[in-house]
Amino acid sequence: MAQKAQQRLGDRLFYSLSLVAGLLILAVLLAVTVFLIADAIPALVADSETFSQAIGASESQSFWSYVAPLAFGTVWVAAIALLIATPISVGVALFISHYAPRKLAGPLGYVVDLLAAVPSVVYGLWGISVLAPSVQPIYAWLVAHFDWFPLFSGPVSGTGRTILTVGIVLAVMILPIMTAMCREVFLQTPKLQEEAALGLGATRWEMIRLAVLPAGRSGIISAMMLGLGRALGETMAVAMVLSPAAVISFALLTSQNPNTIASNIALNFPEAFGLRVNTLIATGLILFLITLVVNVIARWIIARRKEFSGANA
Amino acid sequence: MSHPNSTLNYPSPNPTLSGIPGALGEQVAPAAFTTSRKLPAPLVYGFFGGAMVISGLIFWLVAAAAADNSFNWVGWILIALIIYVAATLTASKVVEGSRHCRARFWKILIYGAFILALIPLVSVIWSVLGAGIARLDADFFTNSMRNVVGEGGGALHAVVGTIEITLMATAISVPIGLLTAIYLVEYGRNWIAKTLTFLVDVMTGIPSIVAGLFAYALFLMILGPGQQMGFAGSIALSVLMIPVVVRSTEEMLRLVPNELREAALALGVPRWKMIVKIVLPTSMAGITTGVMLAISRVIGETAPLLVTVGLTQSMNYSLFDGSMMTLPVFVYNSYMNQGADAQAYIDRAWAGALTLILIVMLLNLVARLVARYFAPKGMR
Repeated sequence: MAQKAQQRLGDRLFYSLSLVAGLLILAVLLAVTVFLIADAIPALVADSETFSQAIGASESQSFWSYVAPLAFGTVWVAAIALLIATPISVGVALFISHYAPRKLAGPLGYVVDLLAAVPSVVYGLWGISVLAPSVQPIYAWLVAHFDWFPLFSGPVSGTGRTILTVGIVLAVMILPIMTAMCREVFLQTPKLQEEAALGLGATRWEMIRLAVLPAGRSGIISAMMLGLGRALGETMAVAMVLSPAAVISFALLTSQNPNTIASNIALNFPEAFGLRVNTLIATGLILFLITLVVNVIARWIIARRKEFSGANA
Repeated sequence: MSHPNSTLNYPSPNPTLSGIPGALGEQVAPAAFTTSRKLPAPLVYGFFGGAMVISGLIFWLVAAAAADNSFNWVGWILIALIIYVAATLTASKVVEGSRHCRARFWKILIYGAFILALIPLVSVIWSVLGAGIARLDADFFTNSMRNVVGEGGGALHAVVGTIEITLMATAISVPIGLLTAIYLVEYGRNWIAKTLTFLVDVMTGIPSIVAGLFAYALFLMILGPGQQMGFAGSIALSVLMIPVVVRSTEEMLRLVPNELREAALALGVPRWKMIVKIVLPTSMAGITTGVMLAISRVIGETAPLLVTVGLTQSMNYSLFDGSMMTLPVFVYNSYMNQGADAQAYIDRAWAGALTLILIVMLLNLVARLVARYFAPKGMR
């Protein structure tokens, strides 16, 4: 009997220990939300006069007119990155899953994963000192010849530190996670469907279009959402590369670019005090909400796919 | 236009070009029996070589005519590629028909996407190596930046800060992450487990700067305004690290065969002892790999440390007293706040970036080696 009681004690201890660890995660998330909201409230309720004084604006500004260009910049740059990264990551994933020689597929996948291992501050350094100067001539050429097109309207940035450059850097940064996700989905395509398509005389591309892409569609979408979540929250690469201004503008190649929320926090937080800190935290809260929504949608798509996918049957 | 003899193969126009001949396990049929004609592989390679030569000639002439005799390398490759694609597609359309032409077109695009993805990787590594090697000397690892203006100085204070803060973050995250994963795999089959899984997913998506703001707000509440310390950075990094540890550990624990668990339980071993003595040792290699990858993910984080730990030019060994320098912040600060002798600051930034990349790559490599050589037999 004594032995049994002892066993139970050990079991109970271990069980509660692991449960407490789990609940700690819950507590941390709750704390993140509560602290952010608590510190954001002063900025949210401040009248426009106090507010513009705190952030050092010359004209009267409310919190919402302050955050609007930032929120726009965050979404806009993430959209650019996604637009660039999606076709490339689908292509790379197809290359690794269906085109590359079998023996090379593993190492090649690892090479793409290496892109994820590079810290974001290094991407920032690379973006500002290698990428920006080398794309600037292209920007100048685009503005000189295509400035009737709204996205390419001038004047051209002399440094190349535009929102398009940042979009390219972010695309490179989200490429590995999107590729990994797409690759996994493509590899799960039902083999019988692939063979059936080939058996009917389809070329490899027709097989991919008929069997692989339809089976992987939801996987591609969730990869996009995950990539979007990453791009929205990326800080240092944007803070280092972008030359920011408080504008809402779609122009890709000028030096007047909308900043992103995350980069704005990183650039201003070290010198901030008082209400300005609250303001930055409030913008952080908004960023948190945006990424939360994107990520929840991504997870929801993945979960739904798991339930209905024929690949898992 | 069917391929009667290659029903179990990729009926790609040319088996040797297809990349995975026999991928579906069948022998590739001899081309002589097929009804459709195919472009021979040497011809396609010939197109490529020819395109390079023609384009090279064009740009050589342009360079000879230009005033400064500069050769346009980018233009050479671009024009060569255009000629190659046009020639191959035209030949394919004439010889093989439009369907195979389209397949070739997409194949070129997909190969192109892969090469395009490699360009930034090569460029990043190339420029970091090229610019960083200059200051990667003994001075760099034995000096701090205290009283350094212009040349000289080093990143010892940043290396120490990074190691201490990251180790502290690991010490916080690993027990919590490990135990949570154990709960999810070994105990949780209820709503708590479902909620936890969801929350871990949510946590994975927290932007790093928000994690930094959270740690800042936490310490603001406990200690009042204006406090910066390494420990706050460790907390911020743990918020980012815990979900990664939970995810990877969970995956590894699920790989442990249920037979092992059942055998242990059947011998009368208490559940907790079964977990500690059977499940954990079996999956230890995988868990170690996951933890190391998690470390390599957070060791390069800049934004949360900038917000919580701040920066300093002096040595600070204490996690609980004042600002510390960390390598990522060192890189950022050296580049963004260049002093009088700008080149010295830029060189230091690149050297810091190179150090950081070397650390991350080393962690990745060791993690993979651990996974490979310490995995239990039969699970490799």
